[in-house]
Amino acid sequence: MPLLHRITRADHPAISFTLDGVACEGRTGDTVLTAILTQAEHLRLSEFSASPRAGFCQMGACQDCWVVLESGERLRACSTALTAGMRILTRRARAA
Amino acid sequence: MSERPQPVIVGAGPAGIRAAEALVAAGLRPLVVDEAPSCGGQIYRQRLAPDERSTRDLYGSEAQKAEALHRDFAALDGKLDYWPQALLWNLRDGRADIMVAGTSRQVAYDGLLLATGATDRILPIPGWTLPGVFTLGGAQIALKSQGCAIGSRSVFLGSGPLLYLVAWQYMKAGAKVAAVLDTAPFAAKFNLLRGLPLFPGIVLRGMRMTAELKLAGVGLHYGVADPRIEGKNAVETIAWRQGGLEHRLACDGIGYGLALRSETQLADLAGCRFAFNQRDRAALPERDAAGRTSVPGVYLAGDGAGIAGADAAERAGERAALALLQDRSLSPDAARAAVLEAELARIGRFREVLEAAFPFPAHWAKDIADSTILCRCEEVTAGEVRAAIGQFGVHELNRLKAVSRIGMGRCQGRVCGSAAAELLAHETSRGIEAVGRLRSQAPIKPVPLTLALAAQQEAAE
Repeated sequence: MPLLHRITRADHPAISFTLDGVACEGRTGDTVLTAILTQAEHLRLSEFSASPRAGFCQMGACQDCWVVLESGERLRACSTALTAGMRILTRRARAA
Repeated sequence: MSERPQPVIVGAGPAGIRAAEALVAAGLRPLVVDEAPSCGGQIYRQRLAPDERSTRDLYGSEAQKAEALHRDFAALDGKLDYWPQALLWNLRDGRADIMVAGTSRQVAYDGLLLATGATDRILPIPGWTLPGVFTLGGAQIALKSQGCAIGSRSVFLGSGPLLYLVAWQYMKAGAKVAAVLDTAPFAAKFNLLRGLPLFPGIVLRGMRMTAELKLAGVGLHYGVADPRIEGKNAVETIAWRQGGLEHRLACDGIGYGLALRSETQLADLAGCRFAFNQRDRAALPERDAAGRTSVPGVYLAGDGAGIAGADAAERAGERAALALLQDRSLSPDAARAAVLEAELARIGRFREVLEAAFPFPAHWAKDIADSTILCRCEEVTAGEVRAAIGQFGVHELNRLKAVSRIGMGRCQGRVCGSAAAELLAHETSRGIEAVGRLRSQAPIKPVPLTLALAAQQEAAE
């Protein structure tokens, strides 16, 4: 079940991206964190225990929300705006 | 004579904005560096895209202040340099390394005004790393900036004014609030009456919020002890003890925080002297009433130098800017400086009241189970930290970091640092002021290695 529940922006233009290879849609104004967590239950797996994580502070301090793109690029989900065509991975236990 | 480099302001929240305004008014052209895409800081954070909500919906009683800050900063356009989405990650020899637009730039500065703000203070509890648990600030950002609720049945846990504010904001936004769990006893709230003569509006607003939550059927629980978050892949329930009785509640989102902690890394890299502050239970960079630090030309304002809130931040930002001007012999308005200092002193007295109304849970370090994760970056448990303290005879926080890796992860102790200090103090039977503070390291937040290397090269050339 998704973690985040939209209250606003339901009618905003959609932005397409993929989450672990599956086509998804976010909304204009979404951070990567919001785009993922309105669809999914976690952002990444811990490098140490492989337990699921979904961010914590949402203000760029805790560094809990780093995700990996298929290109290998890493980004902090809470402080990165969603852009069309992002190919995001949440299943990799070990960061590239 | 060559022109002096420009002053640099770090942070575009209430303190940074008012500082910038005062410097521009005196004819200087500061560079404002801020991590966010638009100004406002955390408290007055703006949305990435407009939505159907009004400013009043977003900022409530503080809407006018938010609008004024956003508008006043926009009015400075062209009179200052503003780098949003930029991270000042290192300070050395009067130069700042700043990551901006995919590159790292080195900037010489003459005058450095740090308005770096704060984050939630956290004391780890069982289950706090589960998906669905966010800080109170994080829960507020999800709502305010992203228009999302952190759950369909949310619980807000901890203490501090933000606890009730965020719960109330969720309720107002139409989100289901399952309960507010306050770790402080109800009796502590009577201290707020002492705040009435100082800031009646704030106290009454807090009381109204609490009453409205109650009227809406939200369970308000005081004296919450031993909170435990349970769930397999995400939050499913929260359990706690209250008056000797065990309680459990189903929920799928938790906002947690115990007041705030200052972001002091840049003051540390700037070489500022620190002193222990009993009220904040943290080592803070020293500053005088004007915001001057122990380092000439380095100034502090806002929550980054001690928690006092957004209203104080606006005044401290302006006051520190006036100090910078005075130190440049630009003779700022002395009467205005005196007014600001008086207002700051009054807010400081109110802070004492808030601290008494939302006291720190002093028994945490005694109670935390060995199996609880203390460092969420590297999953170091409280038991491992206790063992390291005992095995190596550790008395000091940086030594504890070296032997236990606590504070060595990606967040560099922002999340676990307060808790590590509390635990070390408890285990060694000393006061929290005696365990030292984690030294800050550059880069103060993760930057791509390629950028850091490019900056090194540039410095060498």
